[in-house]
Amino acid sequence: MRPVYLAGVGLHPFGRFADRSVTALGAHAVRAALTEAGVGRDGFQAAFCGTVYSGVAAGHKVLTALGLSGVPMVNVEAGCASGGAALALGVAQVASGRCERVLVFGMEKMPRGMIRSSFFEPWREEAGLAATPAYFALRAQRLMRESDVTLDDLAAVSVKNHRHGVDNPDAMYRKAVTGAEVLASPMVCAPLRLLMLCSPNEGAAAVVLSARPEGPAPVRVAAAALRSHRAGSVLGEHTPMSGLADDGVPTPTEMAAHDAYEEAGVGPADLHVVELQDTDAAREILSAEELGLCARGGGGRWVRDGGGAMGSRRPVNPSGGLLSKGEPLGASALGQIVELTWQLRGGAGARQVAGARLALAHTVGRGANACVVILTRG
Amino acid sequence: MTPGVTPGVTMMAVSRPVAPGLFVEDAGGPRLLAGQCPACSRPHFPAGRVCPYCAAEGCTETRVGPAGRLWLYTAIGTRPPGYAGEVPFGFGVVELPGGLRVITRLTEPRLELLRPGMPMRLVITPLHTDDAGTAVVSYAFAPEEA
Repeated sequence: MRPVYLAGVGLHPFGRFADRSVTALGAHAVRAALTEAGVGRDGFQAAFCGTVYSGVAAGHKVLTALGLSGVPMVNVEAGCASGGAALALGVAQVASGRCERVLVFGMEKMPRGMIRSSFFEPWREEAGLAATPAYFALRAQRLMRESDVTLDDLAAVSVKNHRHGVDNPDAMYRKAVTGAEVLASPMVCAPLRLLMLCSPNEGAAAVVLSARPEGPAPVRVAAAALRSHRAGSVLGEHTPMSGLADDGVPTPTEMAAHDAYEEAGVGPADLHVVELQDTDAAREILSAEELGLCARGGGGRWVRDGGGAMGSRRPVNPSGGLLSKGEPLGASALGQIVELTWQLRGGAGARQVAGARLALAHTVGRGANACVVILTRG
Repeated sequence: MTPGVTPGVTMMAVSRPVAPGLFVEDAGGPRLLAGQCPACSRPHFPAGRVCPYCAAEGCTETRVGPAGRLWLYTAIGTRPPGYAGEVPFGFGVVELPGGLRVITRLTEPRLELLRPGMPMRLVITPLHTDDAGTAVVSYAFAPEEA
């Protein structure tokens, strides 16, 4: 397999943009990535677009609007990991030698309010069992019961990520919050309060993959692993109606992380910076444990020791994470890749992690789908 | 009484389960319809023909409940998508004898009245009344009467 490089990246800020279509958001990010890579109409041989709520041929509409159609295009839906899944497909095309360059992008305009998902059967909606934050709440309660994670720890995750978000001009929320503010924000589903949950929103991100180190400062994709779930856990991200004792069932994140670490030939201790799924504050702790950033059951101590804060040994979510940026499903995973590319190039401005050379991006969600990508400088 | 309509028929006409195949009421009370694998014998819910754990075919239907124990719980205070019933309502996971853990509504949304491991009992409760005037009912778990 050939090495695969990131030749250019582009981002449309995450937020709410009432006057812009999802096609316009996607076109903005694609144009930026192609411009940075110095690649034009005939410069790439395939395109993959991650999106969930954008409808029929959404990626085709973007490339049509830019006059870039003609190459094979595939729209990829993999829930919260859609952009990661699109990236994994693109990486395989370049690594195998089938393509010299591949365009990968993701975009979304999420509906407002609690996310409605066609994943749930109509009866499950009618019975009130399609409340996504309630499933997050059950995972959070279990985490707190089975380890020493406290409400203060959950609040501390929100405080950290919102503090990081202040320095990210592309984030939706750029205001620091205190632990007291988090714990006084409206209850959504106990134990999770409003400021412990990310907001669905809008945005787009794009990357140009290349078989050659080209573009501003080459970053290499050391691994791009995608896994689904194994049945067994009632709290799994595949959101089943039942399960059994699940202690021996690996999570999709654990499986994807295992594959990615093996492919890249590195371990969690080698990483300098991480962007991980923080759909809610408990999810960040679970993600950290499942990725091996701390011990299983050690997430509370990891938070209290300042793990993941800027200035710590291995900052987590320097972008502010989904808690600050919001979550446009199809764009969020590639947004992480754009952030980490900037970090590895040394171009992340006020939120630069000094000396970052090895980075990990992680998304997990409905399907279930988990994607773990490892990037390295040069 | 309307001529030609017996009370029993009227009762059946004014309520319907939210979906077929989820639960029944028998002499022992309400029961959930779980599937049981002929190969690994592990249970799942709702019942399907294929075992979700080992992919064996030919799962049989088995009735579980009405007793269980509360494992995890929260309360939902804002109507989730597609739901027309009352809020708040409880939501959680109840563990049944044999180890099956089931996602369920809870009749009790006051979390201070719930505790991990407490005995729970399966009940059939109304969700809402549809446009035709039919009460739509589903399963839920209620704290066992002391």
